[in-house]
Amino acid sequence: MSGRGPSRWRDRERQESRVFVDTLLQNILNALQWGSFYALIALGYTLVYGVLLLINFAHGDIFMVGAYIGFFVANFLLGAYAFKIPANLSPPLVFALTILLTMALTALVGVTLERVAYRPLRRRGAPRLYVVITALMCGLLLENGNLALLGASRRSFPTLIPPAVYDLGGVLVTNVKILVIIATVLVFFFLEAVVRKTKLGMAMRAISYDRMAVPLMGIPVDRVIVFTFILGSSMAALGGVLFASAYPVLEPYMGALIGWKAFIAAVIGGIGEIRGAFVGGFLLGFVEIFVAAFFPSTLRDLIAFSILLVFLSFRPTGFFGVARATKI
Amino acid sequence: MRRHRGLWLYAAFSLAILWVCGHEMLTAYAQLVLMFIGINIILSSSLNLINGYMGEFSCGHAGFMAVGAYVSSILNVWLFTSHKVFGPPVLSPSSAVYLFPLTLLAGACAAALAGLLVAFPSFRTRGDYLAIITLAVNYIVKSSVENIQAIGGARGFMGMRKVIEEMEAVWRIPWIMLWILVFTGLTVWVLHRFVSSSYGKGIVAIRDDEIAAEIMGVDTRRMKLAAFMLSSGMAGLAGGLFAHILGYINPGTFTIMKSTEVMVMVYLGGMGSLSGSVLSAVLFTLILEVLRPLQVIKWVVIPLLLILLMLWRPEGIMGDRELTDVFPRLRRWFSADKGDVHGAP
Repeated sequence: MSGRGPSRWRDRERQESRVFVDTLLQNILNALQWGSFYALIALGYTLVYGVLLLINFAHGDIFMVGAYIGFFVANFLLGAYAFKIPANLSPPLVFALTILLTMALTALVGVTLERVAYRPLRRRGAPRLYVVITALMCGLLLENGNLALLGASRRSFPTLIPPAVYDLGGVLVTNVKILVIIATVLVFFFLEAVVRKTKLGMAMRAISYDRMAVPLMGIPVDRVIVFTFILGSSMAALGGVLFASAYPVLEPYMGALIGWKAFIAAVIGGIGEIRGAFVGGFLLGFVEIFVAAFFPSTLRDLIAFSILLVFLSFRPTGFFGVARATKI
Repeated sequence: MRRHRGLWLYAAFSLAILWVCGHEMLTAYAQLVLMFIGINIILSSSLNLINGYMGEFSCGHAGFMAVGAYVSSILNVWLFTSHKVFGPPVLSPSSAVYLFPLTLLAGACAAALAGLLVAFPSFRTRGDYLAIITLAVNYIVKSSVENIQAIGGARGFMGMRKVIEEMEAVWRIPWIMLWILVFTGLTVWVLHRFVSSSYGKGIVAIRDDEIAAEIMGVDTRRMKLAAFMLSSGMAGLAGGLFAHILGYINPGTFTIMKSTEVMVMVYLGGMGSLSGSVLSAVLFTLILEVLRPLQVIKWVVIPLLLILLMLWRPEGIMGDRELTDVFPRLRRWFSADKGDVHGAP
């Protein structure tokens, strides 16, 4: 069959285009995974901003705290510490329990931050900027507190899901990757449902719509805010555990850069909008992965941030953000 | 003479420091701390123009610092020393004595031009979206530098020490200390004049209510352009000086951490208070040095201090008052501009 020239040539061309399509699909999958991490973190920014008009700069570090808590919980469940649980758990169960426990504990950290640092300021009616600075400092505190407590050595996250690689017609997919993408999509529908359908979600939207009238209607503002922080922090924790499963190296500064980038994702999508966080997250993921695929990977940050700059210059409120007209 | 009392006092103070440094009565470490204080004063008071007086939230000051640092270092190394990339010196090395301030100012101009990257979007964007733009500019500058291999990329750039040595070969003066003192004084003076000029009033008007200001005839675009360019240019100046202290810079220095440090100084001192910025820069640098033995815990203590400050005294040390408002008697010394009003001279 390969005896004649033109047919062999055509074969080779077909093969090359096949390879190209395979790399493309592979990169799309990678981009979806990265975008998922960004989206999960961007959610926390966007939820808190929607309700409080506060950029919670500590959120990237909540993600880091989530990953660390996940590390300790997983090791505890696997029986690595002196105090052991009596039952011998199977790995998938350990993974599920780790995620749930980590989400709960990290939510506790987020709420503590709100109670200790943000609420007193809010009660006093301090300008927004002071709260933002406090948030920035809380982030530094979490990072360096972790560094001081646990030391600078990196930790490796235990493998909870036995790694498996599926070959889908030339495209290699790990089970973790699929899990991450599916989890993010589920989270999106869950949050949309919470915000659109439940009473608490309605209260959240009401607060972002009109800060003054909501307390007068008898809506417990503080409780709604705590709920918002619980949602945001637990999603960051989910992101943290999933991230640690995909890239099992933990270090105190892991949340800093990814946190800033997730914030950018939230802004691109239009901060305050849940859809925006997802669209922005996936968009940023795609831009980064495809820049790294076609250019030297050191240019990744440069191009990603330049696109952001150009985008924001032309559409200052992001994809879904609506410019609010100021009344005079 | 009476009108410029503050100036004379500062000149006397600078000469005293130079004399002490020249006779090696201060340890190298103490001199270093003094120099960092000067640079931090420039950084914090210039950022205060944006974050305090104009009420924006710029968190990318270190990016402009990097532009100034790299441009002036490259100019100096290219002009006055032989370098393996830039070749033999273009001008005679001893002319560095006269041209050093010019290269610094060239770095400042480059940083001011980089400030346009923020100034133009600021016409349409405000608040959080502008904050993200400044952040992006910081990252863009940092990763551009990392990607230019001719100036060392991520490994950093050095060779500025030789320029200083050439200058010291001509006259044995602590040159870098001299220029830091001169430019620190100049920055504070220029900023003081700027914020009490009609530009400064316009900028405060933008902070209070942009639309109202525009209706009252404030050219908001021009004000913003001037403020951003001045502020980033001064950051570039600080960067240029910073690069010549140790003679080595790398892009890792000019990250968001550095920007955060500067922001901390601004908010510690009080938004919209120039003397507050100066005070807090001095205080913050000293605190950093005192806490140095604590190593890692230092960066736990500093955020904690600031959180407590925000809880108990959120307006910072000075609020929006100046030192002369707190101690009216100081006005005799530091109010060259108010002398006109009272007809003092």
